[in-house]
Amino acid sequence: MTTLTGPRSDSARAIEAGRRSRTWGAWYVAEHRFRVMRSYTGTVVVAGIGSPLIYLYALGVGLATIVDANLGAGAVDGVSYLVFVAPALLASAAITVASEEFTYPIMLGYKWNPTFTGMHASPLQPAQIVDGVVISVVIRMLVNLVLFYALMLAFGAAPSPLGVFAILAGALGGLAFGTVIMAYTSTLEEDTGQLAMVMRFVVLPMTLFSGTFFPLSTFPVWLQWIGWVSPLWHSTELARVFSYGAAEPIWLTVVHVVVLVGLAVAGWMWARRIAVRRLRK
Amino acid sequence: MTELADRRPAESGPAPRPVRSLYAGNARAVMFRGWRATRSTNWLVVVSGFFEPIFYLLAMGIGLGTLVGTVTTASGHEVAYPAFIAPALLAVAAMNGAIYDSTWNVFFKMQFAKLYEGMLSTSLGPLDVALGEILLALLRGALYAVGFQLVMQALGLNLSWWALLALPAVLLIAFGFASLGMAITSYMKTFQQMDWINFVMLPMFLFSATFYPLTVYPEWLQSIIQALPLWHGVELVRGLTTGDVGWGLLGHVLYYVVMIAIGLVFTTRRLRALFLD
Amino acid sequence: MSEPVIVANELVKRYGEFAAVDRISFEVAPGESFGLLGPNGAGKSTTMRMVGAVSTRTGGELSVLGLDPDRFGPEIRSQLGVVPQADNLDAELRVRENLLVYGRYFGLPRKLVAERADELLAFAQLEEKAKAKVDSLSGGMKRRLTIARALINDPRILLLDEPTTGLDPQARHILWDRLFRLKEQGTTLLLTTHYMDEAEQLCDRLVVVDKGTIMAEGTPAELIRRYSTREVLEVRFGSDRNSEVAARLSGLGDRLEVLPDRILVYSENGEAELVRLTDAGLHPITSLVRRSSLEDVFLRLTGRSLIE
Ligand SMILES: Nc1ncnc2c1ncn2[C@@H]1O[C@H](COP(=O)(O)OP(=O)(O)OP(=O)(O)O)[C@@H](O)[C@H]1O
Ligand SMILES: [Mg+2]
Repeated sequence: MTTLTGPRSDSARAIEAGRRSRTWGAWYVAEHRFRVMRSYTGTVVVAGIGSPLIYLYALGVGLATIVDANLGAGAVDGVSYLVFVAPALLASAAITVASEEFTYPIMLGYKWNPTFTGMHASPLQPAQIVDGVVISVVIRMLVNLVLFYALMLAFGAAPSPLGVFAILAGALGGLAFGTVIMAYTSTLEEDTGQLAMVMRFVVLPMTLFSGTFFPLSTFPVWLQWIGWVSPLWHSTELARVFSYGAAEPIWLTVVHVVVLVGLAVAGWMWARRIAVRRLRK
Repeated sequence: MTELADRRPAESGPAPRPVRSLYAGNARAVMFRGWRATRSTNWLVVVSGFFEPIFYLLAMGIGLGTLVGTVTTASGHEVAYPAFIAPALLAVAAMNGAIYDSTWNVFFKMQFAKLYEGMLSTSLGPLDVALGEILLALLRGALYAVGFQLVMQALGLNLSWWALLALPAVLLIAFGFASLGMAITSYMKTFQQMDWINFVMLPMFLFSATFYPLTVYPEWLQSIIQALPLWHGVELVRGLTTGDVGWGLLGHVLYYVVMIAIGLVFTTRRLRALFLD
Repeated sequence: MSEPVIVANELVKRYGEFAAVDRISFEVAPGESFGLLGPNGAGKSTTMRMVGAVSTRTGGELSVLGLDPDRFGPEIRSQLGVVPQADNLDAELRVRENLLVYGRYFGLPRKLVAERADELLAFAQLEEKAKAKVDSLSGGMKRRLTIARALINDPRILLLDEPTTGLDPQARHILWDRLFRLKEQGTTLLLTTHYMDEAEQLCDRLVVVDKGTIMAEGTPAELIRRYSTREVLEVRFGSDRNSEVAARLSGLGDRLEVLPDRILVYSENGEAELVRLTDAGLHPITSLVRRSSLEDVFLRLTGRSLIE
């Protein structure tokens, strides 16, 4: 115990020790999230394989029988109903993951079981906590989407060779919606049903009215705006372009990407700001 | 397993308790608490539950309807797509409401809020608690059902006067799911186990002739679906609202009566084992 | 004398108009054990959070380990161990996992963290609970785990906000012993407490805070000398008679403190005061002569007893 004490050596030591967390902090948070997710691996795997299977079968096979019988094969956007609906289901799966992982876990971390406060007492910074959560969810989402895509192939629902990119389109949609919803959840001091309302009045209508189960054009024009503002519509359309080469003008494809990236970045930055405000009071 | 069952009578000396120890005839008190709690916290959420089936009806009925055209019901009637799914959505709404109230809600109260422990330490018995919770769920279900039927009426989707009977039918369905759901929940210990309930609900929702007739499936799958409760509910309500009524509907009713009885027996037993023995 | 590791100068924290901490100044030397005492809402936790670099100060200067918390948050926190007033363990993880995960936040290698986690589990006497869910722990066990967690990075400074609240007497003594040893190894301690015996045991120096300002500063012995007498006579006349009797006691001792349940007579010689009291024809139900403690200082300075 003959080491030099006093602030000079201490601050040098601190600056040295702080370096790692400044660089890798977000990944430490992600590591934590994975450990938590491991406690519900069973659910993640079953949901990851089970629900796509169920949806693809119920809609892509069951409902498709009726639609194709009514309109003839290739009547929906020029392809069979299965091929039409599959990329939309994939994009919705990403939204589902996002709406699970970016709501209650966030509420939990800030309030119900304030692990974010605990993290912030370590060298981790508020923005890194947000980044870490995003990283972990994106990875989980990608795992789910890869499984989904594999099942699509098995069902013969992704004819285009570019189909794999549908995974990225889906993930981008999930991220665009997810970061915004995360930011919103972060602003809640208390959950007196707001999250349930979001599920009911945002997530559900979005899933139903985003051209998922039928082309947006079947709707009257005054309802089509829902699609235009919905990240799910943009990611679904993008996924369709990749999975079966859906025909759309190139500018529209660019719009999809721009909207999704814009939302993702805006939501992410907003969530970071709130984290700083909330954890540093 | 058998070993346990064999030993039991030897251990538990006293004869089974009379009904009085199970039921104090005061389920009202439990309902009252539930109503106060709902009113003071999240009544907006409760009201919003009404919109869920409406969204489905608009999206699927109108949007998907253009792709599907008309559908042939189980008994060979030809009906427009919105009229086909509306009764199914009504049955599903009854199921969802009842399941939510009797599973997640009850689970939370049992595991975290320790609410039942408190209730059962008063003169209330387990059957009061079970009935009180279930009846409250039914009340809520009834409100949604009435709202939804009004919308159906406005859109011209009630095809017959029999539709008036859809309301009691919906309550029956909700009662069935609530009592079964509560029985299952009383055996659950963790959130992860609770997730499994969703895994059963999702396929049941999608497969039970909700959005298209069963005939698209292979025989074996059809018989599995027909063994599950939701299909009976959907067929019952659809029969009534489309005016396709026959003695067969009574079979569906019987299914639910049995389900209610089984659910109540298990819930009461389990609550007694958990909190009173 | 080496330079202080914590320097607070005119430190201010405002929430809107309300000043939770109002121009507090103090210094803590390396290896010193420094206490913050004060009634509920005095601003102790707020001060701790600013020192812990998790709350931005509104005004004044603050330096921890020679660094400004506003700019070097992560660096400072890498050298701190924090026991917050309210446990924030991760309920979704098991006991040992809580330590592992927390160690990783500091970027420590997995192997090192695993070793330390096992040591600390032993220290917190939670070895049998290593695989238990945090939720299933008792309140005191959770507290011990939080303390163990604060030590995972071998901190230079420990911030302890009411560390022993909820611990049983035995666990408290074990913790005191452990803190003592950390102090011997050169760890600086900054702690708040509502237990005067704890403050006297652990603190080299302390400040009494009330309404965000410092009322007094010194070693426990100094404070007692300055704000109290050597002995205290405690007498009880029954709650309905206390105030009536108090009127007849004026002049007794150096000072009187009338509490709802008892009367305190401050004096150099408690026994003598008791004799004077009985000579005056007053016969208390119970009487007790004891040495002055920090409790008395606290009472004098804040006009409130500690445990409200
Ligand atoms: N985030 C906040 N927003 C507004 N006011 C706050 C906030 N945090 C603390 N305060 C106020 O600041 C004051 C000091 O609080 P603090 O928690 O520092 O007290 P304390 O001395 O630790 O008390 P205790 O002994 O009860 O722990 C209190 O009046 C409290 O209400
Ligand atoms: Mg405090």
